[in-house]
Amino acid sequence: MNNVVEISEVSKSYEDVKALKEISFEVEKGELFGLIGPDGAGKTTLFRILTTLLVPDSGEAKVLGMDVVENYREIRPILGYMPGRFSLYQDLSVEENIRFFASVFGTTLEENYDLVKPIYQQLEPFKNRLAGALSGGMKQKLALSCALIHKPELLILDEPTTGVDAVSRKEFWEMLHLLKHQGITILASTPYMDEADQCDRVALMQNGKILKISTPDEVAQSFSSTLYGIRSKHRFQLIQVLREYQYVKSVQPFGESVHYADHRNDPDTDDILRYLSTHGVEDAEIKKIDSNIEDTFMELMQQEESHA
Amino acid sequence: MNAFKGFVKKEFKQIYRDKRTLLVLFGMPVIMMILFGFAIRNEIQSAEVAVLDLSKDSMTAELIQKIESNPSFDITHYLQAYNEVEPLFQKGNVKAVLIFENNFEQKMVRHSSAKIQMVTDATDPNLARLLQAYTSSIVQDFSDDLNPEISIEQAGLSPEIRMMYNPELRSVNLFVPGLIAVILMLISALMTSISITREKEMGNMEILLVSPLKPYQIIIGKVLPYLVLSLVNVFTILLLAIFVFEVPFEGSFILFFAESILFILTALSLGVFISAVANNQQTAMMVSLAGLLLPTVLLSGFIFPISSMPQVLQWISHIIPAKWFLEIVRSIMLKGGGISVLWFQTAILVVITLLFMGLSMKRFNVRLQ
Amino acid sequence: MPEVAIQTRDLTKKFGDFTAVNQISFDVRRGEIFGFLGANGAGKTTAIKMLTGLLSPTSGEGSVAGHDIHSESEAIKKKIGYMSQRFSLYDDLTVKENIRFYGGVYGLSRHILRSKYDEILEKVDLKDEIDSRVGSLPLGWKQKLAFSIALLHEPKIVFLDEPTGGVDPITRRQFWEMIYKASEDGVTVFVTTHYMDEAEYCDRVSIMVDGKIEALDSPVELKRSFSAKSIEEVFIELARGAENSDG
Repeated sequence: MNNVVEISEVSKSYEDVKALKEISFEVEKGELFGLIGPDGAGKTTLFRILTTLLVPDSGEAKVLGMDVVENYREIRPILGYMPGRFSLYQDLSVEENIRFFASVFGTTLEENYDLVKPIYQQLEPFKNRLAGALSGGMKQKLALSCALIHKPELLILDEPTTGVDAVSRKEFWEMLHLLKHQGITILASTPYMDEADQCDRVALMQNGKILKISTPDEVAQSFSSTLYGIRSKHRFQLIQVLREYQYVKSVQPFGESVHYADHRNDPDTDDILRYLSTHGVEDAEIKKIDSNIEDTFMELMQQEESHA
Repeated sequence: MNAFKGFVKKEFKQIYRDKRTLLVLFGMPVIMMILFGFAIRNEIQSAEVAVLDLSKDSMTAELIQKIESNPSFDITHYLQAYNEVEPLFQKGNVKAVLIFENNFEQKMVRHSSAKIQMVTDATDPNLARLLQAYTSSIVQDFSDDLNPEISIEQAGLSPEIRMMYNPELRSVNLFVPGLIAVILMLISALMTSISITREKEMGNMEILLVSPLKPYQIIIGKVLPYLVLSLVNVFTILLLAIFVFEVPFEGSFILFFAESILFILTALSLGVFISAVANNQQTAMMVSLAGLLLPTVLLSGFIFPISSMPQVLQWISHIIPAKWFLEIVRSIMLKGGGISVLWFQTAILVVITLLFMGLSMKRFNVRLQ
Repeated sequence: MPEVAIQTRDLTKKFGDFTAVNQISFDVRRGEIFGFLGANGAGKTTAIKMLTGLLSPTSGEGSVAGHDIHSESEAIKKKIGYMSQRFSLYDDLTVKENIRFYGGVYGLSRHILRSKYDEILEKVDLKDEIDSRVGSLPLGWKQKLAFSIALLHEPKIVFLDEPTGGVDPITRRQFWEMIYKASEDGVTVFVTTHYMDEAEYCDRVSIMVDGKIEALDSPVELKRSFSAKSIEEVFIELARGAENSDG
């Protein structure tokens, strides 16, 4: 059996809000799987179902072949879970926190030291510091150590990198890769599209639905049209003018350039530049670019909305 | 089992680290005890009283002598005429004026009855009522000594009052049981409910639920430290009561502690129930204060006697655990009551405890929601 | 209104022995979108507190909207707007109530408030939601509303703290378009964020490490001079060696 997680047509509602709408996907053993979507997409609800904390309204979810509703007792010990709001015990020290979670899961720090070592080692110089006095990045590392301490087979991390600076985030993902190589299956969520590249496969989520599941590269490339990056000093004006263009398909600001897609198959870029300069944007530069995950995500979102 | 031990250890550590709360937990009983014991007392000490003796015979002299020698009274003015009474009250110099009618002794001998009038300053109704009660008991003693067949009628005084078990009407004796109830409610119910909801708020509860710890272990682990803390507090209050305030303790210490543990369990089960229903610390605190602490203070008979409450409130008081605990403790401490007279109150507490334990176990799910 | 919106010269803040902000000097032009980056603990928060008049500097000079940060912090407060992900609107008040409340806080007259009110609803496309509680709105709408409210009193400078974290990509772009619009209108936008792709939207970006500004340029120039593909790479290159960061 190769699938660690199997979810089929899972739905869940809170009062009148449909948090999950018939979600299905699988996560293979040893995979680093990313759930990418904004706040309110349903990521946390899905994780709570997988961690047996919530019961789905309909559909079926299995962890290592065991049903999350019936076999919750068997599933819980093999899970490592880091909830989104999780903030450890601020009034306990680093060492006390990790020892506490070890004892709660029926093990000791010494027993599984090898597994947590690469992460916990960085914290050891501060082991007597209270968790509340740690910086954001160190807290995340401690939380990860605590989730790992009982050698789980499946690690579920709910937005582990939210609110942490770029250096710490990069280090955090490096650690996840390390764990992955030790055979641990990891399911992590993030609202940040640029973290998708760190995963083997990603599921794009929005409004309780999965828009697409694939490898990050495939997702990025699945954008349906040719994409152009247009630059100008007058970004605001550039966006306004492009939106009025007769062949426009989509215009999205992307940092220093604007991503533009055209209705024509092979549009003449000079034509576009000419249009822009007659409308007051004279310094525009245009070039063909590769689409990224965010381009695809937005395209899928818009398709979803026009279906609805 | 190790998991459970680890959990309890962590709880104690967290409580121990929170020095401010700890100070409140141990300081509060002492401060409340001192407040209630010294400041807010119901008994009278040297109340200023004036006497208007219109008779001036040997019998009134003897009665006045008796009143004078009582530590509750301090006779500050001897008046000569009625019209001096009013100005004295106006100035607020005296709390009461005792008026003996003329030919007191003569009337006593001839008609076996004479009148003493007591005028009190009812702007302080509690004090006024107490002064009446005190005077009436002194006069009663006097007339008993004089001749069992002769009675003294006193205007506005009931001669039937007899103070049993707490003959000096010492308020501290009555406050101690109430104080124990309030403090146990505060620590056991309020603190547990806050401590459990805090885990929920911080997201740690999700991990604890996913861990091999059973829900009942989480609850017991949360409750155990507060059980210990509460017992320490019961002990402190009792020591203060007996050695500092000289409150009598007539009954069995073992029974007293057993009943205290029972009441702590009642309070803990209420606290756990609140935390099962409330999702954040703020709600838990408001519910504990308004739903538990206020009734414990106001409706248990701690401050206001239940018998003088409106009927509806009297009914409500029956479901206040502190009311039953108060009856139990007052009986053990002041009357030396044993389980043979207290089984009914004890049974009610047991039922309430089991009920809420059951309810919270049901609410405290193996899952979220 | 001077053309320089924010100016600092050797601005320094010490807490005891610890130097949180170490002689930073930079200028922000009027209407510029200025990204202010730094690792946790690099001194960003302290620097912003000095610029918004909440903390007084240990040494160095600074002016915000033409007012000296040492002596005119009250005047500064009237000319700046502030919005962050953590502190923004009251979830339990409706859209209308939030706008009115903040209008009141900034002392807008009834007449101005009314016209601003319609303008905001138009801009944020919330006409159908005026009586909804803000807590029930999707995060992206909340953030757009919060930004409009931060502009309510027509500040010269707005400070935005991680304005679009967790917001879906489309709404997020609508948000950035609002920022571009404000910048076109001459409002200076000062953005702090942990998310480097937000930094790419800025005209210029500064990166703080251990209390100092280690790099300051446009995203394109920064990437060129560090021969990096993204601002994230530049940031990591600079912040990896930091003493006061998470490491």
